[in-house]
Amino acid sequence: MISLTIDGRAVTVPEGGTLLDGCRELGIDTPTLCWAKTLTPVNVCRVCVVELEGSRTLVPSCARKAEAGMVVRTDSPRVQASRKGVLELLASSVDTSTAPTLVAFAKRYGADPLRYGPPAPPATDRDARESGHHHVGSGEVADTVHQPMKVDNGLYVRDYGKCITCYKCVEACGTDAQNTFAIAIAGRGFDARVSTEFDVTLDDSACVYCGNCVQVCPTGALMFKSERDARDAGTWDESQQTTTRTICPFCGVGCTLELTVQDNKILRVMSPPEASVTSGNLCVKGRFGVVHVSETP
Amino acid sequence: MDLHLPNAQPTPEERAAVAAVVGEESPLGWGLADVRARRHELLEVLHELQRRVGHISAGALAEIARRLGVPPAEAYGVASFYHLFRLKPGPPRIVHVCQDISCQMAGAGNLLQEGRKVAGTRASCVAGPCLGLCDQAPAIMVSQSGASPFERACGKADVDTVVRAVLDENPPEAGPANVAATPGHRRLLRRVGVVDPMSESAYAASGGWRALARALEIGPQGVIAEVTASRLMGRGGAAFPTGRKWAAVAAQSARPHWLVCNADESEPGTFKDRVILEGDPFALVEAMTIAGVATGCERGILYLRGEYPLAHERMANAIMAARTSGKLGANVLGSGVAFDLEIRRGAGAYICGEETALFASIEGYRGEPRSKPPFPVERGVFGKPTVINTVETLVNVLDIVTDGGAAYASIGTAASTGTRLFCVSGAVARPGLVEVPFGVRLADVVDLAGGLREGATLQAILLGGAAGTMVGPEALDWPVTFEGMRERGATLGSGVVVLIDDAADGMALLRRIAAFFRDESCGQCVPCRVGTVRQEELLTRAATGRAWADDGERLQQLDQVMRDASICGLGQTASSVVMSAKNRFPHWWGAS
Ligand SMILES: Cc1cc2nc3c(=O)[nH]c(=O)nc-3n(C[C@H](O)[C@H](O)[C@H](O)COP(=O)(O)O)c2cc1C
Ligand code: SF4
Ligand code: SF4
Ligand code: SF4
Ligand code: FES
Ligand code: FES
Repeated sequence: MISLTIDGRAVTVPEGGTLLDGCRELGIDTPTLCWAKTLTPVNVCRVCVVELEGSRTLVPSCARKAEAGMVVRTDSPRVQASRKGVLELLASSVDTSTAPTLVAFAKRYGADPLRYGPPAPPATDRDARESGHHHVGSGEVADTVHQPMKVDNGLYVRDYGKCITCYKCVEACGTDAQNTFAIAIAGRGFDARVSTEFDVTLDDSACVYCGNCVQVCPTGALMFKSERDARDAGTWDESQQTTTRTICPFCGVGCTLELTVQDNKILRVMSPPEASVTSGNLCVKGRFGVVHVSETP
Repeated sequence: MDLHLPNAQPTPEERAAVAAVVGEESPLGWGLADVRARRHELLEVLHELQRRVGHISAGALAEIARRLGVPPAEAYGVASFYHLFRLKPGPPRIVHVCQDISCQMAGAGNLLQEGRKVAGTRASCVAGPCLGLCDQAPAIMVSQSGASPFERACGKADVDTVVRAVLDENPPEAGPANVAATPGHRRLLRRVGVVDPMSESAYAASGGWRALARALEIGPQGVIAEVTASRLMGRGGAAFPTGRKWAAVAAQSARPHWLVCNADESEPGTFKDRVILEGDPFALVEAMTIAGVATGCERGILYLRGEYPLAHERMANAIMAARTSGKLGANVLGSGVAFDLEIRRGAGAYICGEETALFASIEGYRGEPRSKPPFPVERGVFGKPTVINTVETLVNVLDIVTDGGAAYASIGTAASTGTRLFCVSGAVARPGLVEVPFGVRLADVVDLAGGLREGATLQAILLGGAAGTMVGPEALDWPVTFEGMRERGATLGSGVVVLIDDAADGMALLRRIAAFFRDESCGQCVPCRVGTVRQEELLTRAATGRAWADDGERLQQLDQVMRDASICGLGQTASSVVMSAKNRFPHWWGAS
């Protein structure tokens, strides 16, 4: 066990544990966006930063391993200012309409999404942008990642105007879960984006439609087509929804499914990240096959 | 698991380009594991495709997946990270016109416009970052792909040069750099412009290889002791004690150890490494060999900036010649110790100069930095203990080993030992590379470059590069030492000194620096990815007299969040020149 101090309180975490583990142990609510228990930390969103005595900059609590004797602050003005600043930058650049967690964090830290001006209109060329080149705008509007939604299959949509580039989907598709590598980050800087090779459709890519990327996406950028359709039709109504746990009927592995049901229709299938068999991952049958159960006459 | 291959097929030319790097297929076929182990060849493969075919196609990605085991989406992610690779067909000739500040002050904006006018579909004429030829601003680089590919950097370009470059003529190669030193202190530059850089015997005749012989005599511990005694500090920007770094790697039990020389020199305003790589390539081979032998490395990698074709040619020649003459290889100078070197080229990404991004780039991944710890001495390239030093740091080791660490430490000041190279450009009479002992005044540095250009009135000085500090003429009195600069809130960075006269538009320079950081951010972390965009937007408003009332406060906040919450030094310093200029030159912001 490793002993350290966070916000003046002593805490111990297991060997290999992180500062975030310490915060959680003490019940210090720490925002995270790119971190997930089932994924290798990439520490890119920077909303979880904390002040570490002796460190020139703030450090990401989700990835920084605890060391004996560390002195950490999560409640200092410096930490608060950075979290607010990061959330302000994020909220100014993406469409947060399906990202309640991000919106709640922004509110908690008093981040104003319009701090940098009204958002620039959607662009249609993001997938064609070249590294090292950018268009200089007027400065009157805040450049965003807004772009048209990609609807290229019947199972899930990719609305990258909502993408915070948290790398979760890429990790889920790669060595952390699926080992399919259908998607990766392409481009550089503000034009960095999740993409298949040459932006080919998912059908033409390596994608096997396991939906594990949808499962981990924290912003609704990746969404079941059935959910997207219901939202677009104005029939998505969370007050009318129930969540049901069941076991996937398709094979003998026994994956836990969590069905979102409204009006007797299955609109979304997730798997609890803590489920021992799946860790949240499913295959195409469990993920998308059962949606049609309710639709079969 | 098998990789899904795209439907696109490679052309015979693309197959040949890939095979030229990874070899012909073995008739027995490769196991997938063997194929995977070749991922580190990805960047060289992409270079070869770009050179022969002019772009990277979907078919090429299929071939890469088949031969190197890199999934197409990932290979696309890597290729699209670097600005020297093109992802769609285009004219075989690309003319890069540097837009960074030394060139901007010399009229680079106009060159780009004129070049574009004549380019049409014949050639691409593109804006680009600093080409490391700031002493010969404005600079351009021509790259020609296809049947007879070549790359050539060209300095002192005028409209005529650019037009001719666009129209398929071959522009003149950049001339040698001006070099100057404080009398009695021409050490790192002693052979530059004097000894034939292509001749191993000329190098040997001018005192070359003596340090290596001495290093083998005193052994690894002896070398590290001398380097520690010299109190040599890294010249790559972070000023970390080199002896401490070497000792840490030497002590690691994990094997193999790697030596990496950071020759990615891309900090705008910097050209010192280029001058050494081109002018005294054997010195770097010798210094790398000493570093490698001292720290238990059997192999070293020279990570060379993609935009330095002449340096590439000369370093490749030096490595070959050193091998032939027994300085590199299984038996270095007959000592029984093995050490060899190879070159890896970057492909247009400033961020790959950051050490952990550089490792990722070598390994065939996107050049994204990672958090430290763990530090490279523990986990560097290929996850192994790694010594990484910049070119200038390494070449200092030659004198340290020959003369002893104590003699070296007697040069300069107590906390800044030895000599330092300064890249002086802008409004000076003889822009060039200057070597001085630490502790002289900045004015002495400028004097060695011929002093201010005739008729020029000094307005500002950019110290340390785009990640450095904008200071006023009073800085000419400052001592050039690590500690002296730190006390004054400035930094020597990579030794950049750009003299800015009063004809220059200060705000235009700041906007260029902001644009540079926006282009060069790897895009991984939010503060830098979005912050650099917001900074540029804010400066755009300021430059056009449309600043919002609370933009000052907004800039302050941006600065703080980028400095505090970014992963790496790029984001952490992306606002430093802008902030220093805001304090020192408020009038650049116009009336507000
Ligand atoms: C954004 C960024 C860019 C860098 N670019 C370079 C570079 O082009 N060349 C270089 O030698 N070091 C560069 N560095 C510094 C390296 O990370 C590293 O500190 C250096 O190579 C260590 O060598 P030294 O100990 O000899 O100074 C850069 C650092 C950052 C944060
Ligand atoms: S559905 Fe599965 S295979 Fe397809 S992109 Fe998402 S994680 Fe990868
Ligand atoms: S699509 Fe979702 S999971 Fe993927 S990077 Fe964007 S926000 Fe993260
Ligand atoms: S600070 Fe900028 S360059 Fe560095 S990791 Fe973050 S986004 Fe990339
Ligand atoms: S949650 Fe820690 S950096 Fe994203
Ligand atoms: S070559 Fe143009 S600024 Fe360096």
